[in-house]
Amino acid sequence: MKSRRPRLARVPTKVPTGITGFDDITGGGLPRGRTTLLVGGPGSGKTIFALQFLVHGAQQCNEPGIFVAFEETSSRIATNAEGFGWKLPELRRKKLFFLDAQPTPDLVQSGNFDLSGMLAALESQIKAMKAQRIVFDALDIIVALLPDQTARRREIYRLHDWLLARGLTGVITSKSGVDDGSSINQDSFGFMQFMVDCAVILNHSVVMGVSQRNLRVQKFRGTSFDENQAPFVIGKNGVDVAVVRTLGHMDVRVTNERVSSGVERLDTMLGGGYYRGACVLITGFPGTAKTTLSGAFAEAACKRAEHTTFFSFDSDGAEVVRNLASVGIRLDRYVKNGCLDMISARTITGSAETFLARIKTIAEARRARCLVIDPVSTLSKAGNELTAHSVVERLIDWSKANGITLFCTSLLDEVSTESGSTLQISKIADTWIHLNYVVQAGERNRGLAIIKSRGTAHSNQVREMILSGAGVTLADTYTAGGEVLMGTLRWEKESADLVANEVNAVAGRLKRVKLDAEEAELEERMKSLQVELVAKQTEKALMTRTAKSRVGELSEGRTRMRELRGADATILGRK
Amino acid sequence: MFKFRLYIAGDALNSAQAVINLKALCRTHLANRCEIEIVDVFREPKRALADSIFMTPTLIKLAPLPDRRIVGTLSQTQPILQALGLDTLAA
Repeated sequence: MKSRRPRLARVPTKVPTGITGFDDITGGGLPRGRTTLLVGGPGSGKTIFALQFLVHGAQQCNEPGIFVAFEETSSRIATNAEGFGWKLPELRRKKLFFLDAQPTPDLVQSGNFDLSGMLAALESQIKAMKAQRIVFDALDIIVALLPDQTARRREIYRLHDWLLARGLTGVITSKSGVDDGSSINQDSFGFMQFMVDCAVILNHSVVMGVSQRNLRVQKFRGTSFDENQAPFVIGKNGVDVAVVRTLGHMDVRVTNERVSSGVERLDTMLGGGYYRGACVLITGFPGTAKTTLSGAFAEAACKRAEHTTFFSFDSDGAEVVRNLASVGIRLDRYVKNGCLDMISARTITGSAETFLARIKTIAEARRARCLVIDPVSTLSKAGNELTAHSVVERLIDWSKANGITLFCTSLLDEVSTESGSTLQISKIADTWIHLNYVVQAGERNRGLAIIKSRGTAHSNQVREMILSGAGVTLADTYTAGGEVLMGTLRWEKESADLVANEVNAVAGRLKRVKLDAEEAELEERMKSLQVELVAKQTEKALMTRTAKSRVGELSEGRTRMRELRGADATILGRK
Repeated sequence: MFKFRLYIAGDALNSAQAVINLKALCRTHLANRCEIEIVDVFREPKRALADSIFMTPTLIKLAPLPDRRIVGTLSQTQPILQALGLDTLAA
C-alpha cells in the first residue's frame, strides 16, 4: 500500500518476490535482511512460493539464492517446477544452489546435536556464490528430530540469529497445524511466528466442491500491508495472487473512440457504438440471442483487424461458430486466419479465480483488444458465490487498465429479475443492453432495449431485433395507442396504415378537384355580374347626363323665351 | 576393520563429547579394529556439503557396509552398538 507513512528511524526495505500481486499486498515484497515464515497445509504452494522468490531474485534482481530442501529432493523440486518456465538448469549453474538436506530414514540418534554443521557448510557456499536470499523448505522436519522443546527453540534461535548476522533475506516454510490452516497453531515452532519479521499463511480449502486457494499476510513488522485474505492461483508462471487495484492506481487512458457493435442501427442508437475499453453487458433470458450479439461484436472487431478472444463457457466454440453462420455472421474465416480465438471451457471444472487467471493469460498471450465472455454469469455457479463478484470486478478492472473492450453476456434465470444480474455487474458495467421477448398474438418477438450507456445520449426506444440469414437488424417497433407492437402485428398495422394513407390521399385529391370546379363556377358568375354592373353604371351615368342637360336646356329655353318676349332686361353679352 | 568419519563443529560442547565417546567406544569394543577420521565442518565445509551433513556431531560408518549415520554426542552406547551391528558381539 503506497500510503504516506511518517519517516521512521529505520524503515525496513523490501525485496521484490516477483510474485504477481504479492508485492502489491506488502507494498514491495519481503523484508530485506530479515526472516519470513511461510506456513501452510499440504499442497498449499509453500515450496513453489519460496522457489519463485529465489528464482526472481536470481533472474531479475541479481541476488543469488540457496534452497535448502529438507523434505523433497532437489531433483524432484526442479522437475516439478519445470512447468513454470523458470529455466532452472541455467540458473543452477551460478545463481541458484540446491542443498539436499533430507534426513535419512534410518538415522540413529544418540545424545543431543545441533545445526551448526549445516550452517557452517552453508556459510562457505554463501561466500562462494555471494548469495543474498535463502530458503529453508520444510524446516519443521529437521526441528522435529531434535529431542526436546528446549533443543528446538535453541536451534531455531540459532538459525534466526545466523540469518540476521549475515543480512540474508530468508524464507522458512513450515507445515501448519491440521485444523483449518488459517492461523498457526501453538506448537513447538508456533513460537516462530513471534520471532520472525513477516509471516504469511497459505490456505488451500474446498468450498462446496470448488477448490479455493487463499493467502494472508499475518504480520509484517514495520510496515502497513493489505491485511485481507487474498485469493491466488498457481498459474502458468507460478503463484498469481489476486489483487484489486485501488482506484488511484488505475491509469486508464480515457478515450472517446467508439467501436462498432456489429449491428448498424444499434451503433446509431448508441451514438456511434460502444466506447473502447468499456464493459458491455447483455442480459436476457435464454434464447434471446445474446450469443448472436456477441458474435456480431466479434465479427465487427475482426473486420477492423483487431484481435479478439471469445470465451464460450458451457458451449463448444465450433458449435457457436456454426450457429452464428445461420444468421449471417461468418466467424470461421477469422478463426482460420488467427484474428479470432474461440476458447471453450466448462465452468464446472474450476473456481472462478482459476478462470480469471486463464482468461488473463490467454488474452495477454494473444494480445487481444476485444474480449467476449459468454456467459459471465456461469462464474457464479455453486461454490463460487462468494468470490464471483470479486472476480468479475477484477476482470473489469484489468480489462480497463489494458484498454480491452469487454463484452459480457449474462443469463437471467427464473430467480433473477430484470433489475440486475445475480453478479451485480449491471452496476459496474458501462453499457447495459437488455433483450427480452414480447409475446403477442401467438408470436414471440425479440425486443432490445438500452437500459444504460454511460457517457452517451442513447436512444430510449425498445426496438425489435430481427435475425435473418442476412444478419442482425433492428426494426422500429410500432407504437399505436400506447401499445408496442412487434412482428406480424406490426406489419399488419403498418400495411393498414399505408392503405389508410392512400385512401386519404385520394379523398383529398377528389375534394380538391371538386373545389376547383366550384371556384371556376363562382368566378364565371362573378364575371357576368360584373358585366351587368358595368352596364347599369353606364346607364346611370347616361341618365344623369341626360337629366342635367335637359335641365340646362330647359332653363336656357325659358331665358330665351323671356328674351324673345322682351319681358326682362337682358344682360348683354351673355352667351 | 571399522572405518569411521566423525563430523564435528569446531570446539562445540557436544562435538567434544562425541569425540571422547567415540574414542572410548572404540577402545572398549573395537580395540585395534577401527579407523577414526575427524572432520571439522568449520574448516572443511565443502566436505560437509558433499556428505550432506547438516547436524553435528554426526558419525558415519564407512566400513564395513552398509554405511550408517548416527547423530549426537554418542552418549548412549546401546543404540550405537545396535546401529553398528555390534550388540551381539558386545553381549
